[in-house]
Amino acid sequence: MQITSRDFKRVASRKLADPKLQKALGNAKGKLVVTRARSILELDNYEEIREASARVRDFGLQNMDVLLEEWERRAVAAGTIVHWVESGREVNAKVIEIARRHNVRKIIKSKSMLGEETNLNHELEAAGLDVRETDLGEYIIQQSGETPSHIIAPAVHKSRDDVADLFAEKHQRRRLTDIAALTHEAREILRPHFLDADMGISGANFLVAETGSTMIVTNEGNGRMTTTMPRVHVAITGVEKIIPTLEDVSMILRLLTRSATGQSISNYLSFTTGPKRPDDKDGPGEFHVIIVDAGRTKVLASDMREALRCIRCGACMNHCPVYQNIGGHAYGWVYPGPIGSILTPSYVGLENAIDLPNAATLCNQCGVVCPVKIPLPDLMRKLREKQVERGLRPWGERVGLRLWAWAAARPRIYSLLTRIGARIGRLAGGRAGLLHKLPPGGSGWTTGRDFPAPKGKTFRELYARERAGKRSGPQ
Amino acid sequence: MSARENILGRIRAANGKTGAASAAEREAVAARLRTHARGPLPSMDWDPLPRFKERCIVMMSTVDQVASRSDLPAAIARYLTSNRLPLGGVCWPEFADLDWGGAGLDIAARPATGRDMVGVTGSFCAIAENGTLMLLSGEDTHATTSLLPETHIAVVPASRVVRSMEDGWDLLRREREGLPRQVNFVSGPSRTADIEMTLVMGVHGPFRVHVVVVN
Repeated sequence: MQITSRDFKRVASRKLADPKLQKALGNAKGKLVVTRARSILELDNYEEIREASARVRDFGLQNMDVLLEEWERRAVAAGTIVHWVESGREVNAKVIEIARRHNVRKIIKSKSMLGEETNLNHELEAAGLDVRETDLGEYIIQQSGETPSHIIAPAVHKSRDDVADLFAEKHQRRRLTDIAALTHEAREILRPHFLDADMGISGANFLVAETGSTMIVTNEGNGRMTTTMPRVHVAITGVEKIIPTLEDVSMILRLLTRSATGQSISNYLSFTTGPKRPDDKDGPGEFHVIIVDAGRTKVLASDMREALRCIRCGACMNHCPVYQNIGGHAYGWVYPGPIGSILTPSYVGLENAIDLPNAATLCNQCGVVCPVKIPLPDLMRKLREKQVERGLRPWGERVGLRLWAWAAARPRIYSLLTRIGARIGRLAGGRAGLLHKLPPGGSGWTTGRDFPAPKGKTFRELYARERAGKRSGPQ
Repeated sequence: MSARENILGRIRAANGKTGAASAAEREAVAARLRTHARGPLPSMDWDPLPRFKERCIVMMSTVDQVASRSDLPAAIARYLTSNRLPLGGVCWPEFADLDWGGAGLDIAARPATGRDMVGVTGSFCAIAENGTLMLLSGEDTHATTSLLPETHIAVVPASRVVRSMEDGWDLLRREREGLPRQVNFVSGPSRTADIEMTLVMGVHGPFRVHVVVVN
């Protein structure tokens, strides 16, 4: 996916002023936060499960190499063809190579965020392949030529009217407005493609080392179709998806679906181990799994490694006051919200996503709801430190901070400057004691509100007076 | 060096490990995989069968219960008729011996195609925790039967209702050798909320799931 994270501030301002988007976000926010909270209450030992889940993910990270080898050995024994690739570009090339070898013309795809990272659909189309997204949200955005704005609900930014217009145009049918009718129209349109596609592409929520399986979590049934109907199935997945046992997956699933959509369980949990067996009546003749690095090992080696625990539930964005107000597109790459503010700079370079770690109030809502206890605010703070260390902040800010540091290390000068500043502030504040416009550096604060003016005395002056008063006061 | 060796090497380096994995390291991981240790479970202080039926309804399945296997055709005919659904479809071969015609139904024992409107399946077991069916792919347990038709009817013997997914895995390990091509956990009809967060049943899979428990 093209990276537009550098435009964060400009796009975020535009999104704040978009009434249609604001309505869609308001609708989603209320539902997702409440349904999660309610479903968490079903687990009387939620915190205990959460702690254990974080430990399982850490075990996966710490023993990733041996676990992947164990997974591979069992997958190969079940007939899976395993490929290892280093970059996003090579993922696309490998998928195209497999498609060519099997004379594939039509591909059905269930959701893969890794596929979004590598721009897979675009590359497949450029190679002359017919590829159709089948998750309803992904289908909608593929048809409208957009990118997902949420990792679980990719079309959450679109209204039913948007979808009605889109379907009427793309399907050349009568315009429907009822949401159920629109959903069933997509079913009718996509059903024939499920039945005659040559190849299915899916992601994987987890790779189970114990059994050599890939597993996916879906609600619509498109995941089952994609992994069962076509004659070739290719699953693409990052190395960090490895998990030790079926018991570990079962435990984490109790948190994943509740954190994502507030469901106690999602409709379909599919564990795939190898291709069609000799006597099976259905299933693909060949099953390929492409294991991908694409930046993961770099993150594993960095102080951002806890972000690799992520199980892609989306709770952090659902609960983020910044995401709730600007939506996912402003973040400019595949992963929005707090986890995106960490993964995007880690995968595409801090200099290409300079504003993302700063697009947070550090209120820690994300940290509180994360089912695998990723310390999201701490990681964002570390990225902010790196921006400063690497001199990536704008020159005005850097010079300003250096001047402040110089003055702050010299008490007499600091005292003098703050006294001058406090007095100018009092004068500028007038009778109301409010500043309507701050100078550059603080002007953003006053575009929407006033700033309380200093009252004329610095803290040091007040402190000195207080101490003097105590000394001379009644004993 | 292949991509595989490069990636595995970088993983080891990132974890502060050098050289190839030692025998002790491999054994530690292998032991973790062998034991099937369970994580902390939520309290399950309920009887599995009533819980299963209750949770099926929460997941928007419907539930019926019959005394014996031979009652299935009549019970399924009643369900289909009262919901004005087509009376023909397919079933897994294990139900080929039932007297479908006698109940006014036309049910063939073969995999489903896109045209079949009703699919009758069994289940490997059912899970009480969330009203879930555990289905295994296989020669006589066609995946398409629970996927392509608009109505999925699942037969669950009361004796096969277990508490949790973990119990389901243990049962599978006891009764089978290894995993089949696909294990599907199905909880209610296919659904989405991708347009305006509004829940709609029947996206790509069945519109409705009807569970019949056999005592």
